Amino acid sequence: MFIGNFTERPYQDPNSGYFGAAGRSIIDLSLSNREYDPRLGADLYNRYLDEKVYAEEMGFDGLMLNEHHSTPFCMGGVMNVEAAILARITRRARIVLLGNVLPIWDDPLWLAEELAEIDMISRGRLVSGWVRGTGRESVAHNAQSPFNWERFQEAHDFIIKTWTQPGPFRWEGEHYHYRYVNPWSRPYQQPHPPIWIPGVMSRNTVAWAAKQRYPYLMLATDLEPTRESFDYYAEVAKEEGFEAGTQHRGYLFKVHVDETEALAEEAGRKFISGPPNPFLEGNQGQVRPFLQNLPGLTSRKNLLPTVKSFAAAAARGRQKAHREATGKTAETKQPKLTQRRDVFGTYEEQAAKYSIVSGTPKTVIPRIRHVLEYLRPGTVFFWDGDGAMTHEDSMRSLRLMGEEVLPAVREIADELELRGPFEVDPATGEPVEPTGDATAPLPREQQVPRSGVSAGTGTPEDDSR
Amino acid sequence: MAEAVPRDEVIELRTGKIHYLQGGDGDPLLVFHHSTGNPGWIPFYEELARRFSVTVLDLPGYGQSERPEWARHPRDIAMLASRAADALGLQGVHLLGLGFGGFIAAEAVAMNPDRFATLSLVGAAGLRPERGEILDQMMVSHREYFRLGFRDGETHDATVGAEVDPELRQLWDSSREMTARVCWKPYMFDRRLPHLLQDVHVPALLVWGSEDRIVPPVCGEQYARVLPDATLRIVKGAGHLVEFEDPIGLAELIGEHARKALRSSA
Repeated sequence: MFIGNFTERPYQDPNSGYFGAAGRSIIDLSLSNREYDPRLGADLYNRYLDEKVYAEEMGFDGLMLNEHHSTPFCMGGVMNVEAAILARITRRARIVLLGNVLPIWDDPLWLAEELAEIDMISRGRLVSGWVRGTGRESVAHNAQSPFNWERFQEAHDFIIKTWTQPGPFRWEGEHYHYRYVNPWSRPYQQPHPPIWIPGVMSRNTVAWAAKQRYPYLMLATDLEPTRESFDYYAEVAKEEGFEAGTQHRGYLFKVHVDETEALAEEAGRKFISGPPNPFLEGNQGQVRPFLQNLPGLTSRKNLLPTVKSFAAAAARGRQKAHREATGKTAETKQPKLTQRRDVFGTYEEQAAKYSIVSGTPKTVIPRIRHVLEYLRPGTVFFWDGDGAMTHEDSMRSLRLMGEEVLPAVREIADELELRGPFEVDPATGEPVEPTGDATAPLPREQQVPRSGVSAGTGTPEDDSR
Repeated sequence: MAEAVPRDEVIELRTGKIHYLQGGDGDPLLVFHHSTGNPGWIPFYEELARRFSVTVLDLPGYGQSERPEWARHPRDIAMLASRAADALGLQGVHLLGLGFGGFIAAEAVAMNPDRFATLSLVGAAGLRPERGEILDQMMVSHREYFRLGFRDGETHDATVGAEVDPELRQLWDSSREMTARVCWKPYMFDRRLPHLLQDVHVPALLVWGSEDRIVPPVCGEQYARVLPDATLRIVKGAGHLVEFEDPIGLAELIGEHARKALRSSA
């Protein structure tokens, strides 16, 4: 099994008046960046990098980053910069980007170069993931929404060709045109870094990922529709002539572990307070459907079973499809913002349905086992340190993950035969020969002294409470 | 909203089917609708039909007209709409463009001035405003955008009612997608258009509501500067959708413009 760590890196500003139960409400894409404090931004970026370094020390296989634009719930607008830094300051863990928003790149050659550079600096530890982005990404970088899917596919084909075919060559596509494709860089991993596709509800994307034999990762979706979506992947795989395995299935879910149940509940509740992703149930933000569901951005009908989850659908402006899928009527009044938390699911409800797993190692491990048994993923990412969680909350959890949770999860995964994409090759179904390259620690002389880079708000040693 | 429709027709072009409504008697008048699509045979068309033989196209990709998947610019739509006018035998036709349809009309006239007897633009997009911006429909809901077409919310409610017909909402949704396909950026203008209009001697009437919240009235002045034979008329107190707020007055202005042009050419 491949186990990764993730946080959206929220812009936490306790003084802003936003992001609290009693604070001003956040309507997505309506917040002026005059509120942005670059000094706070500096602290937060360094904090999140430090936490990633510690996550590696604690034994995570993967450090996942993501990208959103013009929004306080995710500071990863230019996650490739963070990835490049991690490439240098970490030694063993894979750097998993889930993902770059392909359609918003007007110059995907530049992206191909950046990713190749990250792959080289990390000596082959990059996992490249690509997404279509939500409406906010298309708005922020003014990418023409009706051509989102076309641009995604063309940029993908172009980058793969750039990475795999010796240049120079010429590219005259529908959306991209180059007279000289010959970047003076190539990915460290050959033929190219692994590609994983994360998603939430587009059937097109699942089918497309299955056709490419790329692992598909469901992002914090409810268990039942997640399994149905994996089943859909398996159906497409069958049509394509291969059997989908655990190596093709990934799942991101919220897991926090703490020293006592009381601390775990206190921190767990922070997942849905502060500035969390408005995609999440129970969040305090609100999205504007006409911006999330821009004209032609995605098919209005071709949705995965996850459309039954109201928050996921609402975050993408698909209330109508949600009503059709659940049989609810349009007359069901939208609750006022102040009442929304209950509608999206209280903390207790979310804990009950495994949307949030928070507890001591003793209570968390059996709940993770349930998720693994139910979904049978070969890859999991534990989403932690989000919303209003502090650095200290994150560090306690990471330490306990390393000491108790990860070893137990690996045992469970072995027992359940959950093989990740670095154990079984998703492209061939054959066992992967360990190269000894990416996962082995670097020779001492190539290691970066940790003290030289840590400028964050705390260190692991500070954190023993 | 729609009254009895005289004729509801389709013509087949090799580039796709074009749907249109036709009614009234007199000299031919061709209408290009807003980016929100044609809502049907509205009272304004009834007023026009007293003076003209009126043809209202569903522009290619809008309403019931087939979508040209390859189209990427309002100029593509203008060319296809001109082909439709040819196929319908509308030579020497008076051309009226509303909002985004005004952008299409200006493009059509620029590419073939001889086809048209007169040009009337009402709150037309197409030029980058010297002051202010054209309101970006992509950043507001369908409903809010249509409301902003009126001088105020009260006028909207009094004119078309506070409730939105589900079919109209569907038209707005599909129309917005087509608009996004051809007019995403730059939004609702083309920097080459004013240059292309400079030697277009078609008599032009430019009508703007003084309270237009979608396309700033300064665009009327800009059109008046580039078109050599143009008259600008400001409808005091009206918003962007002059045809809803003052259908009789607007039809009268367009009728008068056509008569005047005919007299001076005779």
